[in-house]
Amino acid sequence: MISLSRRTAVHVIGLVILATLPVAADLAGEPFLTTVASRVLIYAIAAVSLDLILGYGAMVSFGHGAFFGVGAYVVGILTHHAFNGSAVPFLPGEWMGTTSAILQWPLAILVSGFFALIIGALSLRTQGVYFIMITLAFAQMLYYFMTSLPTYGGEDGLNVWERSSLPPLDLYNDQQFYYLTLAVLLAFVGLMQRFVNSRFGMVIKGCKQNETRMKALGYPVYRYKLAAFVIAGMGAGLAGALAANHTEFVGPGMMHWTRSGEIMVMVILGGLGTVIGPILGAATLLMMEEVLSQFTEHWMVILGPFLIFVVLFLRGGIYGWLIGPEKGDE
Amino acid sequence: MTLVLFLEQTLNGLQQGVMLFLMAAGLTLVFGIMHLINLAHGSLYMVGAYVTASVTMASGNFAVGVVAGMAAAGVVGMAVELLALRRLYARDHLDQVLATFGVILTFNELTKIIWGPQAMFLSTPEWLSSTVEIIPGAPYPAYRLFIIAVGLLVGLVLRHLIINTRLGMLIRAGATTREMVGALGVDIDRLFTIVFGIGAMLAGLAGAMAGPMLAIEVGMGEKILILTFVVIIIGGIGSVRGALVGALLVGLVDTFGRAFLPLIMRAFFEPATADSVGASMSSMSIYILMALVLIWRPRGLFQAYGGNG
Repeated sequence: MISLSRRTAVHVIGLVILATLPVAADLAGEPFLTTVASRVLIYAIAAVSLDLILGYGAMVSFGHGAFFGVGAYVVGILTHHAFNGSAVPFLPGEWMGTTSAILQWPLAILVSGFFALIIGALSLRTQGVYFIMITLAFAQMLYYFMTSLPTYGGEDGLNVWERSSLPPLDLYNDQQFYYLTLAVLLAFVGLMQRFVNSRFGMVIKGCKQNETRMKALGYPVYRYKLAAFVIAGMGAGLAGALAANHTEFVGPGMMHWTRSGEIMVMVILGGLGTVIGPILGAATLLMMEEVLSQFTEHWMVILGPFLIFVVLFLRGGIYGWLIGPEKGDE
Repeated sequence: MTLVLFLEQTLNGLQQGVMLFLMAAGLTLVFGIMHLINLAHGSLYMVGAYVTASVTMASGNFAVGVVAGMAAAGVVGMAVELLALRRLYARDHLDQVLATFGVILTFNELTKIIWGPQAMFLSTPEWLSSTVEIIPGAPYPAYRLFIIAVGLLVGLVLRHLIINTRLGMLIRAGATTREMVGALGVDIDRLFTIVFGIGAMLAGLAGAMAGPMLAIEVGMGEKILILTFVVIIIGGIGSVRGALVGALLVGLVDTFGRAFLPLIMRAFFEPATADSVGASMSSMSIYILMALVLIWRPRGLFQAYGGNG
């Protein structure tokens, strides 16, 4: 009972902090914090989506940044064409792109889902370390592909001249952007919560524990895993679409393997195989970066050992540490 | 003319492959025997490069620098193994990725504190700065030939070590079933530290060799790390022979891609575009190679000793 209430307390405190943060930031005279917090929320979405395959399915994808980048580039490219008045290539008709979020964001999700389908279909034929490396390889391919595409900025990336339009909201308003991102995150978390507790989620978790047995039980394991991989890719694409709006810039750096590594670190740091953990991980990593860099330019000398410490002594990540050991844990 | 260019690029590819082999040999052993994903292997390469450069500049002798760089990388590697990494052998890959990512950040920042953020440059030692006309009509830098020779020598020594010595026998046995080796009374912990030290020294040697050719800078380790992983995946984890084949393959594909893809692209694009498209395509080519190998053989080209589990 005690541990249950502790978990609830963590959730309630977290929600209160998230809901009041922009107001508090204004009161404290640090409105810049709201922008930082939006960044945290965006990465939290990416981390939660990665945890679906990483934590629940034990599919260690080292290329999640690719889908994040694809989502961002969809927004960047559509805005680019809308701004230039040029047609989007390879599409029937003369479509000049759009800045409407209603079109941009679902497209970002679909396109990154499509890439996840192809990459997942090929990668899931391998296992273990080989899976880690082949997902990494595909992400690097996309990274170099975007680097070589001068039409969309190549190495230098692409400025997003206009944030997505989503009337009646104004995405240039930092507070509105924050609350919109928060709403997206909460909706996504709710969806993931339902996913992992559904029959689908059970199968995915079953594959993590014993894939051979799941096969023997007659489940088409490959298809289930692929579906999870695609859903995770779509989540990252959504985060990417938001990130493109947040930084008003998209570049190949978003797909680089260090980005995938960062998202992975967030998940493990926060707590693998939980829906809330990755949010805490994203917040911890990005806020540490923000705070430590104000004290010393050599903040990584603190962050690095901290990461090692967390792995060695905080099993279950920050979330596991906060809610304490629970009865009936696997 | 084209033949000369081709031969020259082949040598370049061999030289790059040999460098990758120095990195990959250690990484694949650590990977195959301890089942440890060590992202920090590139940091040891960086340590080797920095120490070699500093000692060479101080002593004026490249050979002394190389020995110092190797020793430093070996000592640092074993220290990291003793302090942190050995606790990770029994953990899953994810924990290893996170912890060694932490090691990378720490080393990069420490390097910045000790040596400063500016890149260092080391000139080629005088006795190797000449050129050799190994291909008629195309003088080739002696230093690159030297690297190829060193790499092949290391390969032979490793081969002897693994096939003919007691340590090598234990390494092979450890790669197959490490529990059994432990049960037979071998001090597994010490074996692991030694293997890690050997891997670290080879990474340090690679860094030392890279010194006179590349900018010595923070982050140089990560660049080569990913290529190294590609190599050991292509070669098959735990197999030193696979690491050699994989390294040469990756080195050649990368070098040929860099040299010839822009030329081929010029048939389709204007020169400036062709160069950038060609360069990126050559960067992609390694990953395409790896994906193809894995789709064809999901466990790499060579299986580690006896193990198919």
